[in-house]
Amino acid sequence: MSEDLEFAFALVLSGASIGLMYSLIALGFVLVYKATDAINFAQGEFVMLAGLIVVTALGFEAPLIAAVVVVVLAMIGFSFGLEKVVLRPLLGRPVVAVIMATIGVAAVLRGWGPLIFGIETRNLPLPIGDEPIAIGPASLPPIQVVGAAVALLFFVVFNWFFKKSRMGVAMRAVADNQQVAQAMGINVERYFALAWAMAGIVSALGGVVWGSMLGVDVQLALVGLKVFPVVILGGLDSIGGALVGGLIIGIVESLAAGYLDPYVGGGTKDFAPYVLMILVLMVRPYGIFGRRQIERV
Amino acid sequence: MLSINNVEVVYDRVILVLKGVSIDVGEGSITTLLGANGAGKTTTLKAISGVLRSERGEVTKGTVQLGERRIDGMRAHDVTRLGLVQVFEGRRVFENLTTEENLIAGGHVQKDGRGVKQGIDMVYTYFPRLKERRHQQSGYLSGGEQQMLAIGRALMSRPKVVLLDEPSLGLAPMLVEEIFAIVDRLVRQEKLSVLLVEQNATMALAVADHGYVMENGRIVLEGPADKLRDNSDIKEFYLGLNEGGARKSYRDTKHYKRRKRWLS
Repeated sequence: MSEDLEFAFALVLSGASIGLMYSLIALGFVLVYKATDAINFAQGEFVMLAGLIVVTALGFEAPLIAAVVVVVLAMIGFSFGLEKVVLRPLLGRPVVAVIMATIGVAAVLRGWGPLIFGIETRNLPLPIGDEPIAIGPASLPPIQVVGAAVALLFFVVFNWFFKKSRMGVAMRAVADNQQVAQAMGINVERYFALAWAMAGIVSALGGVVWGSMLGVDVQLALVGLKVFPVVILGGLDSIGGALVGGLIIGIVESLAAGYLDPYVGGGTKDFAPYVLMILVLMVRPYGIFGRRQIERV
Repeated sequence: MLSINNVEVVYDRVILVLKGVSIDVGEGSITTLLGANGAGKTTTLKAISGVLRSERGEVTKGTVQLGERRIDGMRAHDVTRLGLVQVFEGRRVFENLTTEENLIAGGHVQKDGRGVKQGIDMVYTYFPRLKERRHQQSGYLSGGEQQMLAIGRALMSRPKVVLLDEPSLGLAPMLVEEIFAIVDRLVRQEKLSVLLVEQNATMALAVADHGYVMENGRIVLEGPADKLRDNSDIKEFYLGLNEGGARKSYRDTKHYKRRKRWLS
């Protein structure tokens, strides 16, 4: 393989693995939107909170597996409570009310997180070493491989859940039409809580892999910003869309950084996804896989 | 089987929509509720099934009884669990789900997967057309197929009482007859009790055993369906026939000449 091609391959590979990790976070967003129609602007803060909880647990000399269990349980409890206390009273209100509420939650988390857990950046070491793993002519840091694997695992599990399990089908029914779902004997509120709990689990794992890659402090919440280009590209309510959207955003970002940065002096990585997002909004506002309203004429 | 006694419904704590409605639905029979737009038919159904609460409506007086159980004030999903299910006006299938997934969602109250499977088989024997469309996204089914799916989906909870809200809405006359024939079979074979709300009074009175007429949130007339068919007011205002039984021309309609007798 020529050197140019090898360079491109390395960029795509690294972009894809980072992209899958974006997908992981976007998945939490999609789960909530799909079931409850709530747009969660605090997704990044969820991830930050999860990271903070993990490093704190590790700080108490807990073994990693215990820390992961703790963070998963804590995030389930947190999102459960958030749904009950903040969002349940807003049921039936305009979408904007929910959006403002989640923005408020985000601000609170960014403020209180460091206050409780401390402000310094802490490492979140995973027992996977630093030795890059070679894939073809390129190689990846092990954390990216782990992150991508975790993301893929979640996608397989959720895909099965929504397509094959009765609970998953019921959840999609709730997303489709709450009133009718209710009349079919589905306890809508319980499914809302379940959706948030699932978002909590995803955020917990997102916090572990992203925290391990970037270090844990308030800045970790910024990965949440990448959620929007990903879900708008893939479709707000599509699980598969989150996967594909994440991959595309990751790869675009990586290619922009590799090919454009040398000419403009860096930073393209941060805005390339948004340029793509705006283009998508102009061409396919419901995303690649988002559901289109079926119109009868 | 189902009895509603003197029910009052208030929306938003202000607007009185039902002003003391009493209806009885006998076991294994079809009872129809007729009335013009805005009479309160759909509200009556929603008050029974409990979905009223999600629309900020409330039963403020009276009782709703399913068998021996009092169900007013219960939440919709609990009512369904007890064996009463509502089929909404305008079909309202889960558009993003396939036909079969709609049925699976409808069978949510079944305890295990076997119950769901049996339910699906039963629905397919009554509505063979749904079987052909089983893996199609239900939003793209035809109007008639969607109505069949809406009824089939409701049957998945193995109900004793079905509230059927305007199944004929927007369907071709042939399809309407087909659907009503199936409903009639369901009532006889599955011992269902049906409360049928209809605008199509001719069709409704043809299949029903008993009928009620509603106006302005009140029941103004009730009786066995064949008696109602012969009632001259019903003929005039709901069936569009003149005294002699011939189809009436709209040109001859002089509403000021004849007043509905039940309005005093």
